Amino acid sequence: MPERGGRLLPLLLLLGGCSGASILRPGGPIGANNRTILLDSLVIMLAIILPTMLATLAFAWWFRAGNRKAKYRPAFVYSGRIELIVWSIPLLTILFLSGLIWIGSHALDPAKPLAEKTPPLEVQVVSLDWKWLFVYPAQGIATLNGAVVPTGVPVRFRLTSASVMNSFFVPRLGSQIYTMNGMATTLHLQADRPGSYYGQSAHFSGDGFSDMHFRLQAVPVAEFTRWVAGVKAAGGLLDGRAYRVLARQSQHEPAKHWSAVQPGLFDMVVAQHLPPAPGPEQGRDGQPQISPGTAE
Amino acid sequence: MLGKLTWSAIPFSQPIPLIAAGGVGLALLAVLGWITVKGHLPYLWKEWITSVDHKRIGVMYVLLGLVMLLRGFVDAIMMRTQQASAIGHAQGYLPPEHYDQIFSAHGTIMIFFGAMPVVIGLMNFVVPLQLGVRDVAFPTLNSTSFWLTAAGALLVNMSLVIGEFARTGWLPYAPLSETTYSPGVGVDYYVWAIQISGVGTLMSGINLVTTILKLRAPGMGYLRMPMFCWTALGANMLIVAAFPILTATLAMLTLDRYLGFHFFTNEAGGNMMMFVNLIWAWGHPEVYILILPAFGIFSEIFSTFSSKPLFGYRSMVAATLFIVVVSFTVWLHHFFTMGAGADVNAAFGVATSIIAVGTGVKIYNWLFTMYGGRLRFPTPMLWSLAFMMTFVIGGMTGVLLAVPPADFMLHNSMFLVAHFHNVINSGVIFGAFAGITYWFPKAFGFRLDEFWGKMAFWLTLAGFLIVFGALYVLGLEGMTRRLQHIDFTEWAPWLYVSVAGIGVMILGVAAQILQIVVSIRNREALRDETGDPWDGRSLEWATSSPPPAFNFAVLPKVHGEEPYWTIKRQAIESQGLADEPKYEAIEMPRNSATGVVTAFFATLIGFAMIWSIWWLAALGFVGAYATFVVFAWRDEEEKEIPAEEVARIDRARRAARRKWLEDNREQPA
Repeated sequence: MPERGGRLLPLLLLLGGCSGASILRPGGPIGANNRTILLDSLVIMLAIILPTMLATLAFAWWFRAGNRKAKYRPAFVYSGRIELIVWSIPLLTILFLSGLIWIGSHALDPAKPLAEKTPPLEVQVVSLDWKWLFVYPAQGIATLNGAVVPTGVPVRFRLTSASVMNSFFVPRLGSQIYTMNGMATTLHLQADRPGSYYGQSAHFSGDGFSDMHFRLQAVPVAEFTRWVAGVKAAGGLLDGRAYRVLARQSQHEPAKHWSAVQPGLFDMVVAQHLPPAPGPEQGRDGQPQISPGTAE
Repeated sequence: MLGKLTWSAIPFSQPIPLIAAGGVGLALLAVLGWITVKGHLPYLWKEWITSVDHKRIGVMYVLLGLVMLLRGFVDAIMMRTQQASAIGHAQGYLPPEHYDQIFSAHGTIMIFFGAMPVVIGLMNFVVPLQLGVRDVAFPTLNSTSFWLTAAGALLVNMSLVIGEFARTGWLPYAPLSETTYSPGVGVDYYVWAIQISGVGTLMSGINLVTTILKLRAPGMGYLRMPMFCWTALGANMLIVAAFPILTATLAMLTLDRYLGFHFFTNEAGGNMMMFVNLIWAWGHPEVYILILPAFGIFSEIFSTFSSKPLFGYRSMVAATLFIVVVSFTVWLHHFFTMGAGADVNAAFGVATSIIAVGTGVKIYNWLFTMYGGRLRFPTPMLWSLAFMMTFVIGGMTGVLLAVPPADFMLHNSMFLVAHFHNVINSGVIFGAFAGITYWFPKAFGFRLDEFWGKMAFWLTLAGFLIVFGALYVLGLEGMTRRLQHIDFTEWAPWLYVSVAGIGVMILGVAAQILQIVVSIRNREALRDETGDPWDGRSLEWATSSPPPAFNFAVLPKVHGEEPYWTIKRQAIESQGLADEPKYEAIEMPRNSATGVVTAFFATLIGFAMIWSIWWLAALGFVGAYATFVVFAWRDEEEKEIPAEEVARIDRARRAARRKWLEDNREQPA
């Protein structure tokens, strides 16, 4: 795992690296590289921000009206040399940073496959009101509000939404991406360390948004294979009908799984062959509630 | 008859809004009753409500903004305490459907009805004075702008007790804001309140751009305008260019919601990404609409209290215009996580960090304004220094968020919340407080109390650092925003810290209120006799405090960048004022009820459209149009102030100045 930019790390860990969802404690390469870029940018900017802050304090102190040693220079209102420096310091910093932005954006584009020898595992994700559906097309299984991935294997997430926008975010694995109805986004992540990773929606999606989180378990490959076999043996079919029931608004759904999934279910959601979720039952035309949700 | 409006619209089951609204309602009634009993109503109507004087309108704008800032602050207290009391099994005291309204209202009120009115109010009050002219270009339009903003604020606050407010966030992202997912009236309240006040803001922008471009004192070329006028010009050009985008976007959402169109819906070819792009094409220039005037305020203050002209004036003008242009090219950084390709993300990331160059230049020029100065530190200067120290941190975290790979982890996090509060607080809010303290004596004729001003400053600064320091950490800890309930208990300590911080901020707000109360009680001791309490440099200090209705008895002739400083130096050197000018009668625009009547009908339109009371909406439209027609056919546009009256007022000002010259003879400044 790259540890560049690590000079600041002890301080930042002290401040905020101690929780199980900290982006400063990545569990995979994407998170680690994102963090490196974050810390590098921070160091570059601190190099000009800190002197500026110190100069502000120093000038304000030295040139106070009561200081007789300070020279009063009311005519000092322009200096071509200073203007040159004043424009070029931020400009050069930003030029330097722009290089980082350009390279970083391309290297860490969420749609870009990871350069690993192992072929990626595809997981399809549907955000629903207010739960997460995970479909494993190759394995033919599906899970709700929880997922399992093998460690050291790149995971190719394809994501969409059953209703409103959400953002799929597992902080310790790195990048997040929006989910939108009628469209599919792509995100590549990888978990190197085994563990239970906190995942959440990072885009407000309505009343059930706060508890719309899940656990992503990263386990060794052998254990993943055993888990898939266990799910396959447990029973349950997720087809279009079951999906429509699932798409109705509900909160605090416990984690569950299905041993079989109707093939192409995800693409049917994306293509809207399975229509967008209906939203709240109350408050529509003819319904008295002005403020759906409050009547519950 | 009343559309969707029934008794069920009043949330009898929810004590918080009912008690709050009841309290506010009673207080309003008490104030109204007191005004009526004391017989102040005709005075208020003639001197304030129907006034078209830019100074009165500016004061009313600022007052509206301050009241709304207080309302938004109460929302903030509720958000912080709800999050801290809803960790793990605890659920706090606000259910989701209520909490979601509160954070939506907080953002909407703070930006549209708090920060914007304060900033527009200061521009309204100061710009004509600094330009050395008598009023803005279109005085009655100015009054209409203000009252339309007030109408929008009224609608938002009505949603507290009649129906509900939006539960979508302060920008109602589609498709959540479409009728499928938000069938209630909340989004409609949002849309109509913002549309009505948005028209007001657009007209105010047109008005101030015209004023600055067409009305300046003789001799005041563009490069002799004070910096605040330049930043005001920049901000108002942005208003004119950006607000129509907001209006159009919300009009499309309205068509979706009312007439079943499909601009942003999931189905029938609607595209939610278009909404997000359009709203931010307005939204990003909007933050510069807020911050540019604040930059102008700081420029004036650094120069005045360093007893030096602004360093690098032309460079500052260039940086301002640079920001105006570039602010339209960065909107995509609000949604790097929407899945655009690497090229697009990188291009907007680079554009975003480039805009920091303009701000960086300004920071350095303020720094060198202090260099070689003779610095005084009254309250406005403290706010400005605190701005310099904290704004650079906010700017730095802003550039961090402009780096797409970093943003992929920090987007929508508490880090983002901390970032934009950092820049808006230390930029716009500190700037507003600095400006209000700085120009208060000009508006009311007496200074604000320094002790309570400094208390307010230190408490606000400390509270702000604690609250948003904690939020920065929470963002790095992976916490996302807008959570009504927190299942992840490891975030708890920092949530408690932020509650402690907001406690300190409450003390800061209390000190602000005390400052005003104490200052009003001690106003005789704090009286500004000369009209120049800070040893100022620009033309607003040339007239008396408060200025007469016509601002300047004779329009000043401008020969340089600091016209008033030159006049003052000459007076001190020659130990006498210039010869008395020949006074002439001055024509000033007549008061007009057009603004307040139009706003009344606009409120009716908004309320009727929200509740589908079509006949009332039609009545509102007819009424508003009739008001316009009546105004257009008015016979007398102006009233004349006779030359003797002008002479009497100006001689009093000259006497005060002469007295000051004599009193300060022994100590040449």
